[in-house]
Amino acid sequence: MFSRDRWSEIFETISKNKLRTFLSGFTVALGIFIFIILFGLGNGLKNTFQEFFLDDASNAIFLYPGRTSMPFKGFKANRRIEFKNDDLEDIKQNFTLFTEYITPRISRSALTKYKNESNTYSTRAVAPGHQFVEKTIIMKGRYLNQTDIDERRKSAVIGRLVAKDLFKDEDPIGKYIDVGSSAFKVIGVFQDEGGDNEERNIYIPYTTRQLLEKSTDRVDQIVVTFPKELGHAGAVAFETSLKKYFKDKKSIDPRDPNGIYIQNLTDDLKRSQQFAVVLQLIVSIVGLGTLIAGIIGISNIMVFVVKERTKELGIRKAIGATPKSVIQMILQESIFITTLSGYLGLFLGIVVLKNIGLRLEDYFIKNPFIDMGTAIAATVILIVFGAIAGYIPAKRAARIKPIVALRDE
Amino acid sequence: MISIKDLHKSYSIGNSSLHVLKGINFEVEKGELVAIMGSSGSGKSTLLNILGMLDVADEGDYILDQVPIKNLNETKAAKYRNQFLGFVFQSFNLINYKTALENVSLPLYYQGIKRKERQEIAMDYLDKVGLKEWSTHLPSELSGGQKQRVAIARALASKPKVLLADEPTGALDSTTSYEVMDLIQKINEEGNTILVVTHEEDIAQMCKRIVRLKDGVIIEDKKINQVLATSHV
Repeated sequence: MFSRDRWSEIFETISKNKLRTFLSGFTVALGIFIFIILFGLGNGLKNTFQEFFLDDASNAIFLYPGRTSMPFKGFKANRRIEFKNDDLEDIKQNFTLFTEYITPRISRSALTKYKNESNTYSTRAVAPGHQFVEKTIIMKGRYLNQTDIDERRKSAVIGRLVAKDLFKDEDPIGKYIDVGSSAFKVIGVFQDEGGDNEERNIYIPYTTRQLLEKSTDRVDQIVVTFPKELGHAGAVAFETSLKKYFKDKKSIDPRDPNGIYIQNLTDDLKRSQQFAVVLQLIVSIVGLGTLIAGIIGISNIMVFVVKERTKELGIRKAIGATPKSVIQMILQESIFITTLSGYLGLFLGIVVLKNIGLRLEDYFIKNPFIDMGTAIAATVILIVFGAIAGYIPAKRAARIKPIVALRDE
Repeated sequence: MISIKDLHKSYSIGNSSLHVLKGINFEVEKGELVAIMGSSGSGKSTLLNILGMLDVADEGDYILDQVPIKNLNETKAAKYRNQFLGFVFQSFNLINYKTALENVSLPLYYQGIKRKERQEIAMDYLDKVGLKEWSTHLPSELSGGQKQRVAIARALASKPKVLLADEPTGALDSTTSYEVMDLIQKINEEGNTILVVTHEEDIAQMCKRIVRLKDGVIIEDKKINQVLATSHV
């Protein structure tokens, strides 16, 4: 296998039969190239999908207060339900095992100014746990912490686009902004995968918001995240008991469909995961199809190559080539060509994928990629099948009598 | 050198079978130049192919240089061909993408001789057939006579015990044919055993012995007075 003489014989044959070499090499390179491009684009589609649907934590339950529609325990219908700070505490104490993070959310819209720049942004008054609900990524500075909450500090974490609008190139950290006529100190800048709108938010401590609004302890919404290990069924059970607990606490008729609304993201998650599975299936089928087409292509070429060489093989056998040396020659040649061109196709595919990657975001394909393992496995599969496809006709050619092969024109 | 006894060979064509060789017996001594003659269908090419181990007999014994040639598998046949035999074909059978030198050195490659030595030997033989300055040319750049001389050089390069030529002049005009026969005679004078299959009487007369085949049997086997090819040129 490693004799220098045999290699030089093979290089000679390859370099003097350029068309044949090109044909078999091109088939493999093209097969791998197309496989990588299609597989990569499929992955890009999956990425877009994930960005659209899986931006927020999927293990979250949102609770909104509403108005009752049935009289109960002496209360009239159409009573307005409100959440208070003690509801947060109660969830923490009664559902310790089920809760991971818990945060209120009070959303307001306010004119925000810094020096001469101003704009209206929505502010969300939250607890530190909110960072995990929204999957907020801190770029600079820090997120809100418990001290901000406890001391009711006027701290603000601003979105990337807020910082861009108001501060231009200036470093916002430590500067004061005017949010609805109160001065807040910027302690951090964040980005969010959820898109531009998410990055036009400002986060402040919920206790500060309550202080500004005449020291109420009202909260608009409560968001609870649960450990992912709960699973879909566990999440649904948690949701049910939460609902029961609050209906009881707020004196709402258990049969009343209004009063409290609960949105459980786990349902969305389940649906979007099913969609992701289908997408993955499509990507896999496309990849597999391309690979099979490539295998068929290289098989055809190998059959053709051996057929074309029948007479040459006859001559070689007449002057002393053993069947083994004939098979070895054909195999070594084909493996050499397919390996080289396979990796060329692999390399080209990855380069092209990298380069087109950024231009396709408008077409719902984001960051197309193929993991190295899959790409190399596909290449190896094609090489192995190329070798098998070459071996079968080579074996047949080595077995036919030289006299028959010599007659072949 | 060659001894065959009671050689039979049939080919099946569809359902019927064609009995081509019907019991051939003959001996060839070392250094002989034998012409095997016969009209087409007489079995002369089949006989040569069996002698060349390109084909196998159905029955009979074949002893080549004291080695019984039987129960050959392809690997063994390839080794024997490489060690014992050199072939010259009517259609030259050179490998078209290899130069004259590479074609001549190919049998040496299969003998496992190192590249440099191979090329030296091949160059010597090309020189012998008068084509030293054509060594880097491809077969397509050579004339018919030159191609056949390359083929002869290739056949000689492995120092075979017997040289088998199947209509070596069949594709050549008469002047070129005589040049090729002149070369064959010279090689024979150096002590090589050569068998030539031909259907041309003048070519046969340039050998030292003529074996005539008809319908699969030898009808005549006689020594003749050799006509020198140079006398025609």
